[in-house]
Amino acid sequence: MSLLRIRNLSVDFATASGRFRAVDSVDQDVNTGEILAIVGESGSGKSVSMLALMGLLPWTARVTADEISFDGQDLLNMDRRARRRIIGNDLAMIFQEPMSSLNPCFTVGWQIKEALRFHLGLDRRARHARAVELFEQVGIPDPEKRLSAFPHQMSGGMNQRVMIAMAISCKPKLLIADEPTTALDVTIQAQILDLLAELRNETAMGLVLITHDMGVVAETAERVSVQYAGQKIEEQPVVPLFRTPHHPYTAALLDALPERATEKRLPTIPGVVPGQFDRPPGCLFSPRCKFADDRCRGEPPQPCGADLGQARCFHPLSTDERLAS
Amino acid sequence: MNAPVMSATGLQRHYEVSGGLLRPTRLLRAVGGVDFALYPGKTLAVVGESGCGKSTLARMVTMIEEPTAGELVLDGQPVQPDVWASLRKSVQIVFQDPYGSLNPRQRIGTILMEPLVINRKDMSRAEREEKAREMLRLVGLRPEHFERYPHMFSGGQRQRIAVARALMLDPRVLVLDEPVSALDLSIQSAILNLLVDLQERLQLAYLFISHDLSVVRHIADDVIVMYLGRAVERGNKDAVFGNPRHPYTKALLSATPRAEPGAEKTRIKLSGELPSPLSIPEGCPFAPRCWKVQDDCRRTRPELTGDAHAAACFHPEGAAG
Repeated sequence: MSLLRIRNLSVDFATASGRFRAVDSVDQDVNTGEILAIVGESGSGKSVSMLALMGLLPWTARVTADEISFDGQDLLNMDRRARRRIIGNDLAMIFQEPMSSLNPCFTVGWQIKEALRFHLGLDRRARHARAVELFEQVGIPDPEKRLSAFPHQMSGGMNQRVMIAMAISCKPKLLIADEPTTALDVTIQAQILDLLAELRNETAMGLVLITHDMGVVAETAERVSVQYAGQKIEEQPVVPLFRTPHHPYTAALLDALPERATEKRLPTIPGVVPGQFDRPPGCLFSPRCKFADDRCRGEPPQPCGADLGQARCFHPLSTDERLAS
Repeated sequence: MNAPVMSATGLQRHYEVSGGLLRPTRLLRAVGGVDFALYPGKTLAVVGESGCGKSTLARMVTMIEEPTAGELVLDGQPVQPDVWASLRKSVQIVFQDPYGSLNPRQRIGTILMEPLVINRKDMSRAEREEKAREMLRLVGLRPEHFERYPHMFSGGQRQRIAVARALMLDPRVLVLDEPVSALDLSIQSAILNLLVDLQERLQLAYLFISHDLSVVRHIADDVIVMYLGRAVERGNKDAVFGNPRHPYTKALLSATPRAEPGAEKTRIKLSGELPSPLSIPEGCPFAPRCWKVQDDCRRTRPELTGDAHAAACFHPEGAAG
């Protein structure tokens, strides 16, 4: 049984100009000890679906789902209090901007010990010992001294390590990392990604990595789910996804990578991601897809089978077609 | 090769930073001596991590800031603050964030015509408008966009507008400060293609500043790798990427994730972080993080040596020892 099971999750936002569907019937499973990457461009709903799971969306959002279960517990119909006990404890999340997710008014030590007190009920001395241990685990040098530092006294990479330490402080079963390295330099990014993979190996927690960087996906993830305009359009293990993408969007996205370019002009995807008012009735990618026909434009496709990467497409690409095109 | 449009020798920029009440001010060496030359129709890329001085370099080249020391020459003419106003026409810049760099209260037409209103007083209103409309077409936007406001455009379209504005004065040099970092992958490729097209058509010299090595590898002709305000490696793109000589370049390349799962990874793990530019170590600035460091590295600073492919290192990669 999977650790996290989401079925038919949709999120609607009430905006001044009407309802906006940010996440559109997404199914997602995460198993214990695996690294799942969710990739997509901005506005693809990759963060919103995970924020919905954490219950961190503002009141304008309406979350509907057939099922959201975590570790055998039904998160969807659970009361807020019980949910609060799980979130931050068994289910933890780190965010893109480490500087703004830490409170600037308190030392990082105070902030990490707060979680230890609330969820684990440790006494003062045990909290301190555990905080030092956690800082060592995430590779912060001189942990005793760093505990009394404020976030502004440390670099972005160090703050992200503090966030990770905080997230793993209660030994979560699932860690959701939302663009954990986007704000960091590449050499620091490499350190943080290695750290996350190491922690996964040590603690066998599940890891969901939300990113837009195909390089990060290729090097870190085991399974990849691709989202476009709120829908999950494809899911495959990482190696076949990069070798034989089945959805035309995934294929076009990979072709647009500068490092895969064979000539000076890069292949492009015409048009833009549909917004609130121009969502097509059929396949959401059809206005930009070179394979689209009348059926694609008129009728929304359902996900294909696992052999075709659950691609939401009427004309999923196979290896031969891709080589021919 | 033909003559460079712009060249710089020993360009430096220092800032005085207040140390606090009753404490002496300290000197921050944002850029501590950089040489380069820009050629028409060629792209020079400057890569490095945050705090390496690449944006300060851009500000000096675009004459927003005066260099503390060193010389900048544009078309054979030394760039001095008293002639900035007349030279700025030839050097224009495109910024990273297309949301912050366009005035939300101005129509696209006004945004495009503003450089002409300021710098080309000889042009009539009709001529200015004609030129702006032509530029709109050149960057792949439609004529009806002329009357619209920036909020009606997507990020990629806004970046096209920013490029169009930079080209209004027919510059010879275009400084591109992280022009695609804020854009989604599917938009990024279209903007890169646009830049390549424009360069071919107008024979522009690009100074392309980026931290994204895969983009640089695609678009650059020559590359300068900067670390703490100094160039640590300089050379032809293929030489720098194919055969990096400075350990930092090598580490940077190995840290860049490649979109190829299962590819063999020999990632060089750099310990530690960038030192503060307020206290750049004596000797080689990279010495505290370098895995090949020896005593001479800590004592004296290596100079950038070598002709076509230069590295500032006593123990470069690929050499014996």
